[in-house]
Amino acid sequence: MEVGQMQRRLVDYTKTLFMEGFLDAQFLQLQQLQDENNPDFVVEVVSLFFDDSEKLLNNLSMALDQPNVDFKKVDAHVHQLKGSSSSIGAQRVKNACIAFRNFCEEQNIDATLRCLQQVKHEYYLVKNKLETLLRLEQQIVAAGGSIPMIDMGF
Amino acid sequence: MAVNGAVTWLRRAEEIDGYDLSASDSEEVHVLAVDDSLVDRKVIERLLKITSCKVTAVDSGRRALQFLGLDEEKEANGFDGLKVDLIITDYCMPGMTGYELLKKVKESSVFREIPVVIMSSENVIARIDRCLEEGAEDFIVKPVKLSDVKRIIDYMTMDFREGEERRGGINKRKLRDDGDDRFSSSPPSTLSSSSPTAPSNWILRPDVSK
Repeated sequence: MEVGQMQRRLVDYTKTLFMEGFLDAQFLQLQQLQDENNPDFVVEVVSLFFDDSEKLLNNLSMALDQPNVDFKKVDAHVHQLKGSSSSIGAQRVKNACIAFRNFCEEQNIDATLRCLQQVKHEYYLVKNKLETLLRLEQQIVAAGGSIPMIDMGF
Repeated sequence: MAVNGAVTWLRRAEEIDGYDLSASDSEEVHVLAVDDSLVDRKVIERLLKITSCKVTAVDSGRRALQFLGLDEEKEANGFDGLKVDLIITDYCMPGMTGYELLKKVKESSVFREIPVVIMSSENVIARIDRCLEEGAEDFIVKPVKLSDVKRIIDYMTMDFREGEERRGGINKRKLRDDGDDRFSSSPPSTLSSSSPTAPSNWILRPDVSK
């Protein structure tokens, strides 16, 4: 596949992710911070997000598995996850966290367990999609092309 | 006046990798960024660097105070090699909150003049007001964008430049002419807040005449 085709495929894929709400404008902000001097910035931030999120999801699973759930602790973890997902533009994860926090406030164990499943689901979806997106970018760069800037009209 | 040098030097400093500028170099705005989130630290660091700032990023209010030399366990040691021009801190942090850090800074006779900007994901008016009342310079709602950082840095450097004018230091019109090409929204300036003697950065521009 030649570079132009790969670039078009990337643009289409990225646009779909925005349309489907997986990513929001903050992701574009991150892409704008990447340049020839910092060509791996997005990959680095996204990797940090993955590591951070997986740790938080583990902590959440453990915290909700306790006989006496400490909802303050649970909320603290969700707050962190909400923050980092917001910072990279992972909109659906962020929204799932917002819903999660509401149920933490209510101290509703069943609802929070469901929320955890929902957040995990959204996280793995966006992880998958970001990995695909970054792989497409990598292929373009390896073929000597540049990563096209997407204009979403934000 | 070699104001050309100041503008181009700011650009150069970003491109020169590992160039060892003198320890007391205060021409770049040095920002102390405080955030317990690793992801957010990485982003704010990049945002600040792209705005031509020098950045020190720490993960807690405690470490911020240690860096400033304000930690109770260590007395201020007068270490001014890395002078801090701005503190930008997250509000919600375990241990010491950004608000508590703000208070400690404003209570210090040595550091109270350093502008402090608070970042928070919660857009709560009461919180914002509380911070502003305590002396915060500004409040950014997360997620932080490049326009937020540019606004803060512009505002800071503009303040200084106007101060310079009053002291009769810099030809403002000349600066603006040089600046417009380089930075669309950030007017350049010699960013040192010490008195405007010839900064060491001009060594990098030998063709500049003073």
